[in-house]
Amino acid sequence: MPVNFEGIREFARIAQDPQELVRHARGNIELWANLFVIGWAVAFMLWQGFGFAVIVGTVFAIWAILAVSLNLVVGFTGLLSVGHIGFFGLGAYTMAILTSDPAYEQLRTEAIPTFGWPFFAALPVCIGLAGLTAVLVGVVFNRFRDDIFVLVSFGFAIIAFNVFLNLRSVTRGAFGIHEIARPEIGGWVFDGEVEFLLLALVFLGLVMLVSWFITTSSFGRVLTAIREDEQAIEVFGYRATHFKLAVWVISAMMTGLAGGLFASWTTFIDPNSFILLESVLLVSIVILGGLATIWGSLLGAMAFVLLEEGMRFIPYLPTEYIGQARQVVLGILLVLLMLFRPQGLVGRYRL
Amino acid sequence: MTVDNEALALQTEGISKHFGAVRAVDELSLSIPRQGTTSIVGPNGSGKSTLVNLLSGVLPLDGGMVIIDGVGLRVVHAHETPAHGLTRTFQEVRLFDQITVWDNIMVVLTERSLFPSLIERVRPAKRRKAQEILESVGMWEKQDSLAMELSYGQRKLLEIGRAMAMDVQTYLFDEPFAGLFPQMLERVKDIMKQMRTDGYTIVFVSHNMDIVRELSDRIIVLDSGALLAAGDVEPVLGSAEVIEAYLGA
Repeated sequence: MPVNFEGIREFARIAQDPQELVRHARGNIELWANLFVIGWAVAFMLWQGFGFAVIVGTVFAIWAILAVSLNLVVGFTGLLSVGHIGFFGLGAYTMAILTSDPAYEQLRTEAIPTFGWPFFAALPVCIGLAGLTAVLVGVVFNRFRDDIFVLVSFGFAIIAFNVFLNLRSVTRGAFGIHEIARPEIGGWVFDGEVEFLLLALVFLGLVMLVSWFITTSSFGRVLTAIREDEQAIEVFGYRATHFKLAVWVISAMMTGLAGGLFASWTTFIDPNSFILLESVLLVSIVILGGLATIWGSLLGAMAFVLLEEGMRFIPYLPTEYIGQARQVVLGILLVLLMLFRPQGLVGRYRL
Repeated sequence: MTVDNEALALQTEGISKHFGAVRAVDELSLSIPRQGTTSIVGPNGSGKSTLVNLLSGVLPLDGGMVIIDGVGLRVVHAHETPAHGLTRTFQEVRLFDQITVWDNIMVVLTERSLFPSLIERVRPAKRRKAQEILESVGMWEKQDSLAMELSYGQRKLLEIGRAMAMDVQTYLFDEPFAGLFPQMLERVKDIMKQMRTDGYTIVFVSHNMDIVRELSDRIIVLDSGALLAAGDVEPVLGSAEVIEAYLGA
């Protein structure tokens, strides 16, 4: 959904009268969801201190780019893709291979070609390669929809993971790739966490802008019509397959960008970051925030990251269980969400 | 019916559609002249809806040829039918449920090709056109509702409005009157009468014989996927074989 200026103005008007505000807030779940997640984020930052909040912020920015781009496909077009992690991994590996430091001492048996490119030269390649792969995959995937589409995109995620794991001459397999370059402009390196956070937020802003531009255009309206009834929109003179392919490729390119950003941030990647579960979590974020709303994807990503990172500090729980406990809690929350608010925190549409 | 080809809006030559052993439409040849209203009637399962689906490219042909506006097509692509001057409504109303009434109309008024549509924002001319359409089907006040929130009759009307927004020559209405309250029914009838006066070609499927008599200029009777009779309304409805098919004597 585009930025709702009308809504903001309306809210500003209501906010002037406290009684009116209270009356309005009661029963307005969207408002509560917004206040809750943002309040939670602020509280978290105050509690954990600035340094950790910056890292959590970067994790949030990367998940948010992923969620916004996936929402174009899942929320607006109605194609439930669980394969986007493949594009994410592709972007990350492209960045890793192109920028990893050739001077880094490799195990001779697991040596891969390195190029030592700078970040900003490699990023367009990440985006382009993800886009190109999406065209090839999308031409086939266009034949499917609904539940079958879920299955074939599942297949794509599996294939991508196995390529990352087993194409050892390119990806070093389970050893992973080290010494991935940090972004750098004219000799100034984004090596600090704050600098990287700002860069990630700039990219998030760009992705949101592109998504906003797409979803508010006639193209965006056609996407929602495809989601509702693909055959009917064909009768009115649209080639649904072209529109689906276009949005799929755009979404994959943004996802590839997120991958490049992620690799550069962690400076080390291995196939474990690109397992199917991550893809499922990503879909959960989109549904949690709300389908077909850009703001909802931000909120969903924020809530998810706070949940993930925040639960590191659950008291009384032995550390060895915390990892699993987080996923259990997330699973329970998703079930509750589907029971009581299937349209997500701020969404209007359902799958 | 003797009409020259110039005056034909739609024509079929031996078209067939089989579902397993069922011959829904079987070697059917018929012609529908330009302008005026043509009704398609027949008992349940006689192939009326299948015919409409074949003409609009929603179902692929198993054989034969459809001639739309003088262009012969052995494969009808749904997305090409508007270019041939054809649009339709569906028997089971198929709106874009989870988008607004306004967007349901707007979506058929906008750019068809990929890149122009990406840049296009709604311009005042199209806005006016959408408003005009919504007002003509009495749905202007409902513009911000989701299509799924409308009543059944309103949904039927909106679907007809969406077809009108296409602004083509030939309209296929599949059961436009089914399940409507009298008031809504009058409204749909008025819309169709107006379209007839304006010189469009209207083809509609109906079970309601009173409306068929009132609105049609010509009638086509189908039975078991084949043409039973066609021509002016009263002689066709009065013929022995049509009466037999309907009463199942």
